[in-house]
Amino acid sequence: MSGPSDYQPSNPALQWIERRLPIFGLIHSSFVAYPTPRNLNYWWTFGAILSFMLAMQILTGVVLAMHYTPQADLAFKSVELIVRDVNYGWLLRNMHAVGASMFFVAVYVHMFRGLYYGSYKEPREVLWILGVIIYLLMMATGFMGYVLPWGQMSFWGATVITNLFSAIPYVGESIVTLLWGGYSVGNPTLNRFFSLHYLLPFVIAGVVVLHVWALHVAGQNNPDGVEPKTEKDTVPFTPHATIKDMFGVACFMLLYAWFIFYMPNYLGDADNYIPANPGVTPPHIVPEWYYLPFYAILRSIPNKLAGVVAMFGAIIILCFLPWLDSARTRSSKYRPLAKQFFWIFVVVCILLGYLGAQPPEGIYVVAGRVLTVCYFAYFLIVLPLLARIEKPRPVPNSISDAVLAKTGSRSTPMVSTAIVLALAGSLFAGSIDSAKASEGGDNPPANKWSFSGPFGKFDRGALQRGLKVYKEVCASCHGLSYVAFRNLAEPGGPGYSVAQATAFASDYKIKDGPNDAGDMFERPGRPADYFPSPFPNEQAARAANGGAAPPDLSLITKARSYKRGFPWFVFDFFTQYQEQGPDYVAAVLQGFEEKVPEGVTIPEGSYYNKYFPGHAIKMPKPLSDGQVTYDDGSPTTVAQYAKDVTTFLMWTAEPHMEARKRLGFQVFVFLIIFAGLMYFTKKKVWAASH
Amino acid sequence: MNPDASTIAAGAPIEVDLSPIAEGQDIKVFWRGKPIYISHRTKKQIDEARAVNVASLPDPQSDEARVKSGHEQWLVVIGICTHLGCIPIAHEGNYDGFFCPCHGSQYDSSGRIRQGPAPANLPVPPYQFVSDTKIQIG
Repeated sequence: MSGPSDYQPSNPALQWIERRLPIFGLIHSSFVAYPTPRNLNYWWTFGAILSFMLAMQILTGVVLAMHYTPQADLAFKSVELIVRDVNYGWLLRNMHAVGASMFFVAVYVHMFRGLYYGSYKEPREVLWILGVIIYLLMMATGFMGYVLPWGQMSFWGATVITNLFSAIPYVGESIVTLLWGGYSVGNPTLNRFFSLHYLLPFVIAGVVVLHVWALHVAGQNNPDGVEPKTEKDTVPFTPHATIKDMFGVACFMLLYAWFIFYMPNYLGDADNYIPANPGVTPPHIVPEWYYLPFYAILRSIPNKLAGVVAMFGAIIILCFLPWLDSARTRSSKYRPLAKQFFWIFVVVCILLGYLGAQPPEGIYVVAGRVLTVCYFAYFLIVLPLLARIEKPRPVPNSISDAVLAKTGSRSTPMVSTAIVLALAGSLFAGSIDSAKASEGGDNPPANKWSFSGPFGKFDRGALQRGLKVYKEVCASCHGLSYVAFRNLAEPGGPGYSVAQATAFASDYKIKDGPNDAGDMFERPGRPADYFPSPFPNEQAARAANGGAAPPDLSLITKARSYKRGFPWFVFDFFTQYQEQGPDYVAAVLQGFEEKVPEGVTIPEGSYYNKYFPGHAIKMPKPLSDGQVTYDDGSPTTVAQYAKDVTTFLMWTAEPHMEARKRLGFQVFVFLIIFAGLMYFTKKKVWAASH
Repeated sequence: MNPDASTIAAGAPIEVDLSPIAEGQDIKVFWRGKPIYISHRTKKQIDEARAVNVASLPDPQSDEARVKSGHEQWLVVIGICTHLGCIPIAHEGNYDGFFCPCHGSQYDSSGRIRQGPAPANLPVPPYQFVSDTKIQIG
């Protein structure tokens, strides 16, 4: 992409093509011979990581679209069927859902890197603005993708975000109607979001081509911010940058795989495992984590229009960055003040993200306002001011000088690191207190589950006992509509044989038809049938249970959670703790108490439960000692019943969990070896250049 | 990309029978995919809504203008928060009206915004009384 290439392929067939379409020359000059600054650090590998993530999202997305149904009544179910029945569907879905988050992780690192090293400065303004456009497109794509599973958060996230446009004076309402294709978020909305979610990634790919083109015209920036002058300052893209990028991608894939295989729901919201319900707003609507800083800005402003303007302004302001920061020195490495403010800005963004996830009340609102001011002050006051008052340190003459003088600048990063650590430390210390204060409350006690951890497996006995408890107790009110009888004989399940599952199914009466006379009839169940629901529809369930419909239990252990809070959610990432759902379900089953504590009033027809949010539950105490007989001699206590049925419900929520963890281990072994090979190859390739 | 013909047809007016709603209770019906709250207000709620100094409200509107005269006990509003479209919860908040759980907007017993980020009152849908115990929405 940098001028005509003199590259000639040696193969005559390739020569024939090259004379007519010089595509090999283009590839050669862009990705092989292209001179890349020799002082690039690992932060520069995120460009390649982002390309990898885009390809990954498009590939997995295209396959997922083959199995997905964009219809409001079927979308939620079709996603569940992908996870349960499509070959490696759980893997595709996790890769795509986690991939979106990883894409944003990489883009944020990429953007902060550009910010730190002044990669937006002359002559790279267009390159930077194209990047901001890609980022905006990514946000739109990510948002619409999150709507597609049509869970509660999908639906209400779509409602809140589309309503942002109603803040526009005069035309707002008609724009919103146009987005919805109806009078509210509904089936037409889902259809058009699906269409756009399929289209936008290809638009992103197109803008990425422009982004890379602009990059190859202006040349890459580098940590020292001085342009390459002689041949000594650069190395050819292949093999040097290629192998380094491969190592970077391999390391990034380790993080990606950690989420895919071990904590696929860590970044999501439990409410999204509840099918969309236009009549009930979840108590606490939160967007995906990557929008949280902007959501915090939106909420910190008490006026609707001003809030929306501030939120969009927070992104649009990035486009003007090249002109807001007029300092001549590019790299913050040589700007002692800019460097400090950069790290403060990073902390401000992280704190805004934290606040975006908190309820909009009390101290959080005040803190949100202060940080919003800090966010805009960084762009509008700090950067323009620094350009005028800061005295930058002298920059090296050339990149090779900088590489040779590398040892000198070691001490300065310590200062900013200290600032960040101190800020993080104080935040940490402050919130441990609040976390401790809330911990004594009604958080469900943690249990020891056989299926937790990287090698966790379901306890077969517990699954079989849990199935018995479900069948004899829960099934009178609760459905299990995503589970088929055939699943009972599948690997990773309760371990029944096909014959046993068939016999189990034949005990059930399944409604089928119409027959030749046009009548519906009942027949014995077959393995392919699903567990029949106790009520024909939600209204019947509601009417029979005093107004509260018993939820379907197929996904209950993934659809229920409780707030972990800071810093626990940080530890959870490392310990792979993701059993909030099972802990909650087990706690609710055992949380019934006859004696209602003082200060709690339980309405007529409800029961007191220690762990149920609000404490008033419509379900009467379901389990009592000795209610279900066990054949294997396990204790017939409520605690044992609760544990068994919860284990069973964890399996119904994720029947392929064992396969996920098993494959995860293999992938990790491969990735670690691959990353190691890449590292040593990279060392060898770069040996002469360092 | 505007609503298609079938969507518009499905948005035709609906009739709601009010006789089963006891004083102090409210029901939620759906019209055009939007929840409509129909509240049978108590004397206390009506008095509260009328005692407010209208000029002091963020979106000034008298209670009389938001209900049909002769049917003061009935409040009919679209239950969509004017901030970002969540569904407020009835009988919650400090004003004996509605409370939106998303961003904390509070509405009074006339559906008027009293506190929080929402800019406007809960809108009153077009409706009329067909008889004393029946309304037509739309």
